[in-house]
Amino acid sequence: MSRRAEIVVNAAGRKVPALVNGREQVAYRGVGKHVPDGRKAAPPVRSCASYPPNGDKRAPDLETALRECGLRDGMTISNHHHLRNGDRVALEVLQAAARMGAKDLVWFPSASFPCQEPVIDLMERGVVHHIEGSMNGPLGEYCSRGKMRGMGVLRSHGGRWQAIQDGEVKIDVAVIAAPTADAFGNADGSHGKSACGSLGFALADSVYADRVIVVTDNLVPFPCVPWQIQGGNVDFVVEVPSIGDPAKIVSGTTEITKSPDRLLIAENIARFLRDAGIMRDGFSFQAGAGGIALAFVMFLREMMKEAGVRARFVRGGSTKYLVQLLADGLTDFILDGQTFDLDGVRSIGSDPRHVATSPFTSYNYNGKGNFASMVDAVVLGATEVDVHFNANVVTHSDGRLLHGIGGWQNCLFSGCTILAVPAFRDRIPVIVDEVTTLVGPGEMIDVVATERGIAINPRRKDLLDAVKGSKLPIRPIEEIKAEVDAICGGAPRRARFKDNPVAVVKWVDGTVLDTVWEIEG
Amino acid sequence: MPGVIGRGEAGRRGDDVRSDLYVAVEIRDGGGIDLRLESRVAAYYGDSLRRQAEETLRALGVAHARVEIADQGALPFVVEARIEAAARRAGHAPRGDARPPAAAPARDPSPRDRLRRSRLYLPGGEPKFFVNAGLHEPDGIILDLEDSVHPAEKDAARLVVRNALRAVDFGAAERMVRINQLPLGLEDLDAIVPERPELILIPKVETPEQVLDVERRIAEILSRTGKDRPLWIMPILESAEGIERAREIARVSGRVVALTIGLEDYTADLGVPKTREGAETLYARQRLVNAAKAAGVQAIDSVYGDVGDLDGLRIWAERSRGMGFEGMGCVHPRQIRVIHEAFAPSRAEIERALRIDAAFRDAEARGLGVVSLGSKMIDPPVVERARRLVERARRMGLVPDAGEQVR
Repeated sequence: MSRRAEIVVNAAGRKVPALVNGREQVAYRGVGKHVPDGRKAAPPVRSCASYPPNGDKRAPDLETALRECGLRDGMTISNHHHLRNGDRVALEVLQAAARMGAKDLVWFPSASFPCQEPVIDLMERGVVHHIEGSMNGPLGEYCSRGKMRGMGVLRSHGGRWQAIQDGEVKIDVAVIAAPTADAFGNADGSHGKSACGSLGFALADSVYADRVIVVTDNLVPFPCVPWQIQGGNVDFVVEVPSIGDPAKIVSGTTEITKSPDRLLIAENIARFLRDAGIMRDGFSFQAGAGGIALAFVMFLREMMKEAGVRARFVRGGSTKYLVQLLADGLTDFILDGQTFDLDGVRSIGSDPRHVATSPFTSYNYNGKGNFASMVDAVVLGATEVDVHFNANVVTHSDGRLLHGIGGWQNCLFSGCTILAVPAFRDRIPVIVDEVTTLVGPGEMIDVVATERGIAINPRRKDLLDAVKGSKLPIRPIEEIKAEVDAICGGAPRRARFKDNPVAVVKWVDGTVLDTVWEIEG
Repeated sequence: MPGVIGRGEAGRRGDDVRSDLYVAVEIRDGGGIDLRLESRVAAYYGDSLRRQAEETLRALGVAHARVEIADQGALPFVVEARIEAAARRAGHAPRGDARPPAAAPARDPSPRDRLRRSRLYLPGGEPKFFVNAGLHEPDGIILDLEDSVHPAEKDAARLVVRNALRAVDFGAAERMVRINQLPLGLEDLDAIVPERPELILIPKVETPEQVLDVERRIAEILSRTGKDRPLWIMPILESAEGIERAREIARVSGRVVALTIGLEDYTADLGVPKTREGAETLYARQRLVNAAKAAGVQAIDSVYGDVGDLDGLRIWAERSRGMGFEGMGCVHPRQIRVIHEAFAPSRAEIERALRIDAAFRDAEARGLGVVSLGSKMIDPPVVERARRLVERARRMGLVPDAGEQVR
């Protein structure tokens, strides 16, 4: 059994399997240590003689399209997650494959959501062998309990591009849900009743997959513009009544946290950027759609106005708060990776300064640079951070898979990486001695901001110096941890695991950073 | 089978409960302790929770019982309070009590005229709000046993508050407890006073005798523990009668450091709706300010209930400062900063006061009886007001201790 394959210790001191799903792995060697070689993967050459000259690539339904794509047992099927928890397409594709009698498929989504819980049933029936992509909720629980036949592989958004580009993952059939498309296969995410904004996470799939199917509920006459997905890469177009539930695709509105403790964290981070001199004319930052991140944007906006400072660009996932910055002239551009709310969707569809970007340009580590490292500051979440600033974002402290990596690892390369975390949740300390799962090496994490103080990584002497004399509550991370342990009644017991790897966490360069083990009990 | 002596339960259960727990205790006449425990944080603190439950029962003198615990991540001081409440409700009179070790840092008693701009209400039955309250830097926190606690939960809240005073670090905030209306409030004092709160709020005070009752009970408890120390009293006037007797109430005890007003009950007593502008309470508030000043104590305003309306709060608080109030209550941490800003003197006021203060010291140094600024003579009350303003601004951190520059 591959599960019992050899375990090696990587440069971070973590035990990782040498073989994952039958494929040999490179163990993590340290940041910037692994140098790739060889050439990029490429899909087969096709001739336009094989496609209708009138450009009409429509297939009557998904099953026909899958059959025409040569669906076979063991193939890898990919989907994107821009429709989030409203997505209908991924499940329909896998269920169509099940009806056609396919077995042992590898499902390769850019992320999975709770609405895809029925994939468990497909795994139980042998249709899906395993998932390579983020798993949370019921899927995370299923994998954490060692029930998946293959090993889960967790990658960042940039890491997913890297894995496809480098040939680690060969996509046999990519199925791309498209809020708008034409019969030639050009597709766009920012218009239509199921509009989701950017389609960036489907770009690699469209370029590298052997076969590409576009599924849309808003077929327009050629040309569909903007064509985020280019029809020249597409084999078939399938029209369906609905690709998803619009109410769950984007939030009508994203909301700032009401928790006073989280607002305190958000405000302290904004003050940190101001006092450390990072907030200055022409700077850039990225913040996600979490409650603290949104509140941070709100506080920073006021400080930018007060100081008369304008950003060159801010990085999405976009929300109404970023759109507001653009409207107020506080940033020249939004460079968007995904779009979280209706204001974001409207803006990306109408404002040329709100740009849909590709994970290739923003995040791919095995490229000729990516702009994640050009962002001055980024505010991220985490489930755990340890006293060496190592952080976890995929498992809960009890070892259960909880979140995908998303762009989190890629963002660590920014000029100042700030983790916004409560020091403890209920009675669960977030600052610990050693993270349960290592997802971000401590050398990449500069600041940990909690309601009980801001800890600066001692490696960042420059930041420590920059905030000297400010009124910010700067404290050693060990001190915050000791305080939390005292409140919670001692340090928590560490999670216990069975000796069975259920998933691996990839670093941005494709090496194996850590292992997720089967949970006990 | 051991016989059942009594059964009691405390705390809360359910998936929406956070940082609290449910405890059922069935006291028996034999068979030892049978403990069933489930916890949201079992993976991290399951063993420690079990140990703590056993130690708590031992400290209470419960030797035979069936105990069921459903925990949603309660902190240790809450676990102890809930187990004790359940045991007491089961009819057990504790031999000892199950107080957590004193973890909160010991502090000097608070000065009688300390800053009391903001006091943050914390419902006594909601311990999840306690532990981070000090981080928002209110001048005071109020652990409330009165209106925010359901009548059936008074006994349990008292234990939670008692334990919190021992275990929770509220930072630099003055630690206040609002007891229940008398006579229940006197029983609250028995549990609370030994844990060194710094101020007691008495609700619905209408007579000076009520303050004296509280003062006597405090003195008794302190003499029993042999540790007399300052423990201040802030009466809350919440009726027409209370307002009419404000002056007597303010002067009745040396422990009274401030008067405050409860506007919900006061407007109910008048039989008028409470408005945003507050014209209907203007007389009562101004009368309270006057009575407080006459007695040399602080006048503290009521709360502003609309948490979402920070602009309205600011307007209210600025007007309140203009009337002579020195602070007000908060029902949410986000109100604290607005209140601190509103009760702070303006930059222009501070600068002018500093100039007058400097002129005063200059006159003193030169042995002059008259203070003048430029060609203008300054009257003594103006000098006095300026010096008080400088002192107050300094305590708010608006003037550096040594320097004379306004930040």
